[in-house]
Amino acid sequence: MHTYQIVVLVPYAAALGLAAIPGYRSGAIVNVLASAVTLAAGLWLIGEERTVGPYAIVDEFNVVFIAINTLVGFTTSIFSASYIGHEIKTGRLPPGFVRFYHAMFQAMMGSMNVALVANNIGLIWVGLELATLITVVMVGLYRTPQSIEAAWKYFILASVGISLAFFGTILIYLAGQPALGEGVPAMTWSLLQGVAARMDPAILDLAFIFLLIGYGTKIGLAPLHAWLPDAHAEGPTPISAVLSGLLLNVALYALLRFKMLIAGQPAALDPGPVMIVMGLVSLVFAAFMLYQRRDIKRLFAYSSIEHMGLMVFAFGMGGPLANFAGLLHMVMHSLTKSGIFFAVGHVAQAKGTQRIAEITGLSETHPRLAVAFALAVLAISGMPPFGVFASEFLILTTTFAREPWLALLPAFGLLVGFGALLMRLQNTILGKPTGPSHRVDGSSVPIVLHLALVLAAGIFLPAVLVAWFQRAAELLG
Amino acid sequence: MTRGYEISHLLAGAMLVTSFALLYQERIAAVLKTFAAQSITLALAVAWAASSQDRPELFITSLIALCLKGIVIPVALHRTVVKLGIHREVEKVVGVGIALLVGLALTGLAQALLLKVAQGTASHAREDLALALAIILLGFLMMIVRRNAVTQVVGFMSMENGLILAATGARGMPLVVEVSVAFSVLIALFVFAVFVFRIRERFDTIDIEALDRMRGDTR
Repeated sequence: MHTYQIVVLVPYAAALGLAAIPGYRSGAIVNVLASAVTLAAGLWLIGEERTVGPYAIVDEFNVVFIAINTLVGFTTSIFSASYIGHEIKTGRLPPGFVRFYHAMFQAMMGSMNVALVANNIGLIWVGLELATLITVVMVGLYRTPQSIEAAWKYFILASVGISLAFFGTILIYLAGQPALGEGVPAMTWSLLQGVAARMDPAILDLAFIFLLIGYGTKIGLAPLHAWLPDAHAEGPTPISAVLSGLLLNVALYALLRFKMLIAGQPAALDPGPVMIVMGLVSLVFAAFMLYQRRDIKRLFAYSSIEHMGLMVFAFGMGGPLANFAGLLHMVMHSLTKSGIFFAVGHVAQAKGTQRIAEITGLSETHPRLAVAFALAVLAISGMPPFGVFASEFLILTTTFAREPWLALLPAFGLLVGFGALLMRLQNTILGKPTGPSHRVDGSSVPIVLHLALVLAAGIFLPAVLVAWFQRAAELLG
Repeated sequence: MTRGYEISHLLAGAMLVTSFALLYQERIAAVLKTFAAQSITLALAVAWAASSQDRPELFITSLIALCLKGIVIPVALHRTVVKLGIHREVEKVVGVGIALLVGLALTGLAQALLLKVAQGTASHAREDLALALAIILLGFLMMIVRRNAVTQVVGFMSMENGLILAATGARGMPLVVEVSVAFSVLIALFVFAVFVFRIRERFDTIDIEALDRMRGDTR
């Protein structure tokens, strides 16, 4: 049995098991244990030999995604254990739903891992869609009018994305057919990449447009982002953390795999400039939208759009350095943003609301939480010495070296976003405390771990890690 | 051999006609009937592809399209609409005339794109694909211009029909046809059970506009 099979099979097996475990406590323990096993397998995969099979592929590029996926999945399962406990105690979530919640959580992790290890463009689609459909159900979990509206909107936009991405996949299959014949080979990513130069460039162009719109909806690129803030705000916070930290990455991963494929045919349209434009639009748009947010989870959802835009921009620039910076930024953003959602989950439980105006003076009422939250916000807004600063700096400097004028736009967007976060959140941390205040007894391990990793990466990136990321960046072309 | 392509084009063309018909229906019952007609045509088209491409497994896809999308879902949705006594008429964001004109433009776009672009592939495949893309785009249009939750779901399932047509048109495409059928089953059940009932439970209406008033950010 290969390690990548463990990464996929353990979550699914756990999902089946969890569907049968009625108790909240035992369910949470099994959930954490299963995530720990998946994490161990994910990390083991880094050191293992790379393999390319008919249905699965493990190369330098997707190992990065698998590692971060299993890591954040594990920490989220720890956070979720205490968070969901609190939701049951306060009666927001009926206890009967916990079994369903845990099973769905593992099924979602498994589906994301399927998309990440798949060497078949159909399987990538299946994995991503399964994970998306599960998150739709999770977003509607609370059954409030707002959460149903959010889930409906998410469902409608996601299913349009599903359809367009699938049509793009069919087109790629048709493009590969003359060289590879009918059947499974023409859907196998590694074989398709081998014959990319012989594919019809016109079909590839059209396919890429469909794939960009389809998977771009999932990445949350403006103007296809409408589902994202609602889905983040209305679902349970562990799901917001996984959505921002992982699912957006998996969609980006799918898009990048197709970019690698299309890069093999020089006569086809260059995906780079299109991605640069869409990335910049998302970045600048989301940065301005940050100013008007009243809901704290919505605020950070827009911040995710901003950062996904920056990543798409970096990968659109291409080249070893920009790809390296983009990959680094993806990892840093995943860690920081899911850490922020952990903190926000505690904050919302402490104050009993998600409205920014009603969350005030955390430094007086919950000093430790306030420090963690403040550090996480500083990290995500790109302050040194955190890792996000390093990756953003790298993206800007590489852009500046190649296209000085182009670098102004992302720099401007980041500044605008920084100002917004500072302005909106100053009062939540430093202001005078008002309103109710409850004790928070959730585990602080996930937040501390994430912050420590981001800080460590900002201060010192081990040479092994740099070399690994460089190899992955080279694969991206 | 050419007769084979003519029949598959005829069926795909018939599906496109039902896509247009979906756009101008005034009553939900008629929308559901038109959708059923489209799904039955899809079942025929897939069955034809199964026999002409000699891929017997496609008969399963055809059967599922016939039973589920042709009969079970339309009947069940119709019963729900009657039982709840809600919104017998389709609410439109734009008028029938404009919707049809946009639909025509989208069909033209689909033909122009694929006929021009996919010149390397065999001609029958790209003609089928062009028709399928038109059906997908019209389903998309229906989701945009019809506001009611039921009609939006029908719009989506019509898109799904176009996708299955496209996937069967791509010769020898493995696994995906079955998977996409499984997905349409899943999505249909899911939409049906979760959304229609929950929305009804909460709002006494399945008008999407009622939901829009509850935007979280303007609370």
